[in-house]
Amino acid sequence: MRAANAFFVGLVFGLGLIVSGMTNPAKVLGFLDLAGVWDPSLALVMVGAILLGSCGFAIAKNRQHSLLGAPMQLPSATRLDKRLVLGSLAFGVGWGIAGFCPGPAIVSAAAGQPKAWLFVVAMICGMTLFSILERRGK
Amino acid sequence: MNLSDFTQSSYLASFSGGLLIGFAAAILILFNGRIAGISGILGGLADAHKGDKIWRVMFLLGLVTAPFIYRISFDLPTVIIEAKTIELMISGLLVGLGTRYASGCTSGHGVCGISGGSLRSVIATLLFMTAGFITVYITRHLVGI
Repeated sequence: MRAANAFFVGLVFGLGLIVSGMTNPAKVLGFLDLAGVWDPSLALVMVGAILLGSCGFAIAKNRQHSLLGAPMQLPSATRLDKRLVLGSLAFGVGWGIAGFCPGPAIVSAAAGQPKAWLFVVAMICGMTLFSILERRGK
Repeated sequence: MNLSDFTQSSYLASFSGGLLIGFAAAILILFNGRIAGISGILGGLADAHKGDKIWRVMFLLGLVTAPFIYRISFDLPTVIIEAKTIELMISGLLVGLGTRYASGCTSGHGVCGISGGSLRSVIATLLFMTAGFITVYITRHLVGI
């Protein structure tokens, strides 16, 4: 049941990315181009998402278990550390270079965009490098 | 009004897409108790124990099924990828590494984290958006790639 729900959520999430315009890097770069012909429309993706997301999280916070009986795994970290700051900055630079963040890149790759495949492969390499460095550090 | 008229209204389309994303994030936390953060779901796959793998795989399967379902009724929106091969490789690496170190991306921090009222996520979102603005300013207006 939880697996089926995860599939459903992934599907709706992907449809949301397509409808919103996030899967088009040219549009994303237009949003990030404050000094050019700025296209602010993508800001509304976050507004819409947070509007419904915050309702869900407000209910989730008062529960020990999910509606399907899984433990509620809300993030507990509160520290603003170097990893958060440098990681977010590196992500932002990468996002600004090609206009892809992880979700839209995966959806565009699935839709058959060869350049999106290349990005996703490089992204998985980056994630794997992180896992290797983490294991070594322990 | 057909969907092409609707999607030409970019603001309405962005807002509606956002509602779908927010709805998905709310359903995942309420029913599965998990965060709908793409970089965490994908990046955590390798290190996840067996029982923690299935929902991740199913979520990702749903995600890649989305364009096929969308295509049944509508034409997929135009996708323009201007980045060159080397730029795609560098940006992919940076996005992969960065989102794992930061424990989240646009979905994990920008949508779920902010929805949950996390200060860490607000800071992360401000930082990656600022870095994105500056990067585009440099590439488009200073260097002119």
